[in-house]
Amino acid sequence: MSETLSAGDLGALFGALRARGYRVVGPAVRDGAIVQAELSEPAELPVGWTDEQEPGSYRLSRRGDGAYFGYAVGPHSWKAELLPPRVRLWQAQRENGGLAVEEPPSESEPTAFVGVRPCELAAIEIQDRVFLGGRFQDADYAARRSDVFLVAVECGTPSSLCFCSAQGTGPGATEGFDLALTELLDGDHRFLVRAGSPAGEAVLADLPTRPATREDVDASGLVVAAAARAQTGRFDGEGVQSLLLRNLESPVWDAVAERCLSCGNCTLVCPTCFCTHVEDTSSLDGATAARDRVWDTCFSLRYAEMHGGNTRPTTRARYRQWLTHKLATWEDQFGTAGCVGCGRCIAWCPAGIDIRAEVKAIRAEEDAHAHA
Amino acid sequence: MATVAEPLAAYGAMVPLAYTVARSRRENHDNWTLELEPVDAAIDPIGPGQFDMLYAFGVGEVPISNSGDPDRVPTLVHTIRAVGPVTKALCAARPGDVVGVRGPFGNQWPLHEAVGRELVLVGGGVGLPPLRPALYKALAHRDELAGLHVLYGGRTPRDLLFTRELEQWRARWDVTVGVTVDAGDADWRGNVGVVTKLIPGASFDPANSVAFVVGPEIMMRFTARALLARGLPPERIWISMERTMRCGIGLCGHCQLGPTLICRDGPIYRLDEITPLLEVPEL
Amino acid sequence: MRTLDTLIGENPVFQGLAAAQLEFLAGCGQNVAFDAGDRLFREGDSADTFFLVRHGLVALDAYVPNRGQMTVETVGAGEIVGWSWLVSPFRWHFTGRAVEPVRAIQFDGACIREKLEADPKLGYELLTRFSQVIVERLQSTRLQLMDVYGNGR
Repeated sequence: MSETLSAGDLGALFGALRARGYRVVGPAVRDGAIVQAELSEPAELPVGWTDEQEPGSYRLSRRGDGAYFGYAVGPHSWKAELLPPRVRLWQAQRENGGLAVEEPPSESEPTAFVGVRPCELAAIEIQDRVFLGGRFQDADYAARRSDVFLVAVECGTPSSLCFCSAQGTGPGATEGFDLALTELLDGDHRFLVRAGSPAGEAVLADLPTRPATREDVDASGLVVAAAARAQTGRFDGEGVQSLLLRNLESPVWDAVAERCLSCGNCTLVCPTCFCTHVEDTSSLDGATAARDRVWDTCFSLRYAEMHGGNTRPTTRARYRQWLTHKLATWEDQFGTAGCVGCGRCIAWCPAGIDIRAEVKAIRAEEDAHAHA
Repeated sequence: MATVAEPLAAYGAMVPLAYTVARSRRENHDNWTLELEPVDAAIDPIGPGQFDMLYAFGVGEVPISNSGDPDRVPTLVHTIRAVGPVTKALCAARPGDVVGVRGPFGNQWPLHEAVGRELVLVGGGVGLPPLRPALYKALAHRDELAGLHVLYGGRTPRDLLFTRELEQWRARWDVTVGVTVDAGDADWRGNVGVVTKLIPGASFDPANSVAFVVGPEIMMRFTARALLARGLPPERIWISMERTMRCGIGLCGHCQLGPTLICRDGPIYRLDEITPLLEVPEL
Repeated sequence: MRTLDTLIGENPVFQGLAAAQLEFLAGCGQNVAFDAGDRLFREGDSADTFFLVRHGLVALDAYVPNRGQMTVETVGAGEIVGWSWLVSPFRWHFTGRAVEPVRAIQFDGACIREKLEADPKLGYELLTRFSQVIVERLQSTRLQLMDVYGNGR
């Protein structure tokens, strides 16, 4: 059942989470961007801030109101918490004709993610499939994932780059959360709150809420509907999987390769990109060795390096690999789509490459060719 | 919260088990075969076609195919070519040294497809070691096959692997062996030419054969063409693919080739299923 | 004992030729045998013959200063040795040596060349088929050149 929480009581949510031993991570303004940080109170949220995003551009600007979550998404995604950039897998010593391997316990602590966008809920679900749904599981991811409490916040202010509605991942939150908030700014500043799990219900019970009125529920529906409407026509994903796989030699790849710097920003900010590599090190005296799991990017020149060569030496090949993986072959590998429509890769690309436009170009090129 | 399976007690699949080098045999100028025995816990039995990630302490890890008899559990046999820092370190390992092993990973040669048929094994260069476990199995169950053929091509006579065994296999009445080198030397009295040349004249019946092919990708492409030209259908040809590998367990993304993860869905693929991917340069 | 024209007609290179054509070719051919080590032809000599190897192995060697005789390729049973007789300047490009005892059908290339002047149909057939042989040799050679077993250095 839905409840309504007055905006002024948002601190009670923080209190209830901390009382249960959760550290709270949520959005905060740092260095001109809305990033993830450990928070102790609602005042640390990006109150009254919004973001303006274009291909290759991200700016913060002031809103006319005191909205806590009046922006779209920032460069950070929750993978920084669930799949940290560097994790020590083990340390080992040579010992009496054997190896003494020490596996440090996961550094995971109970954490509440506050401000999880519906597209981010979908991204977490996609990564769950990768790390928990196969024959081999990632133990660190599993430990962190089981320690997490998710507070979703539906979108009221999508950016011009958002296309979650085309990808079916938002702007409303339907499942995968413990609590879901919708910020209502008309009249009293308040939040519609829904529980999505027994843990969520338990926390909800501790909050000074009142049962939601018909008007509150309708208002939150309108917020989400307006956010969806704002995205109409932004991305034509119809049959994108087979479109890309049919056009692996399209000249569009050559054209985008001229602009792409192969910097990997897109993979850093993408909430579903998960590639890592393994770093083996040893102490100077050779007595101790260690292995870390470290974030990697398929744009790195060394990514496809194999003894005596490289299977993707050109930017064209690496860009094609990234985009076809994200929009097409991810589904073959893991049974879900790879892209959640958050638009981060478009904003944070220094060359301003817009994947929606690239898909459109491939479609147009194919059509032009067919009629030639 | 999403339902999560019980987390593994340890990092499990990313932690190597300690194995001692029981024997190290130098096969030729840059290849060594290591026979490994577990110090303590052993990995699950490894099948023909599968690979292990071998770890040289403090240096790194590489994926190496099984090249031994799958029935000799728990001994692991791996033939390694010394080309980089990790493989050089492994090839330098002496009896008593400890290496790390993770595995077994990947899928297996579909030997059941060969029952009642002729089995044709075509290896190029360091492609023979990954075929040897299948050959051992075939020899152990020779009466279940209609024929057994080994076609092997190397760079030069000094690059050939398992020469003593090749002679033993050739001496058998129930195996045919063809060997060729790309370039001979003064003492070479055998075939000179690419391994595909051994196919037109080989004595298997394409209507009742299956083929397993391993070697550099271009050699496998040309070999496949030659086998198809002889009338072997693509559904009865299997090849072993290779790409950059880091984790070996399907979680790091490196070994992707289009829609497939080679460490998880391969490395053995049926030709008709993999051909579309082989035809896209730099995929 | 099978006749020469039957033997020739069974070979993939000559398969499909008319009986009269096969008979003509057989007329220009004869069975020959070589011991291991025998030379079939020498690099540089005028090329007036070609061989259809029936048994054994023939090495195609080239003499390289400082390195001696190098074998570029071996040709075995069922294969044709020699296409230089068909294309100018009609000289052998390599030396042919029997690696092991060889039995082959040797053809009088000069005689066939003369007949082809008068019989363009047969000329077309032979040129097409020998082109196939040359193309296959070229493909193999290219693959050899790529040195695919090298470690990429």
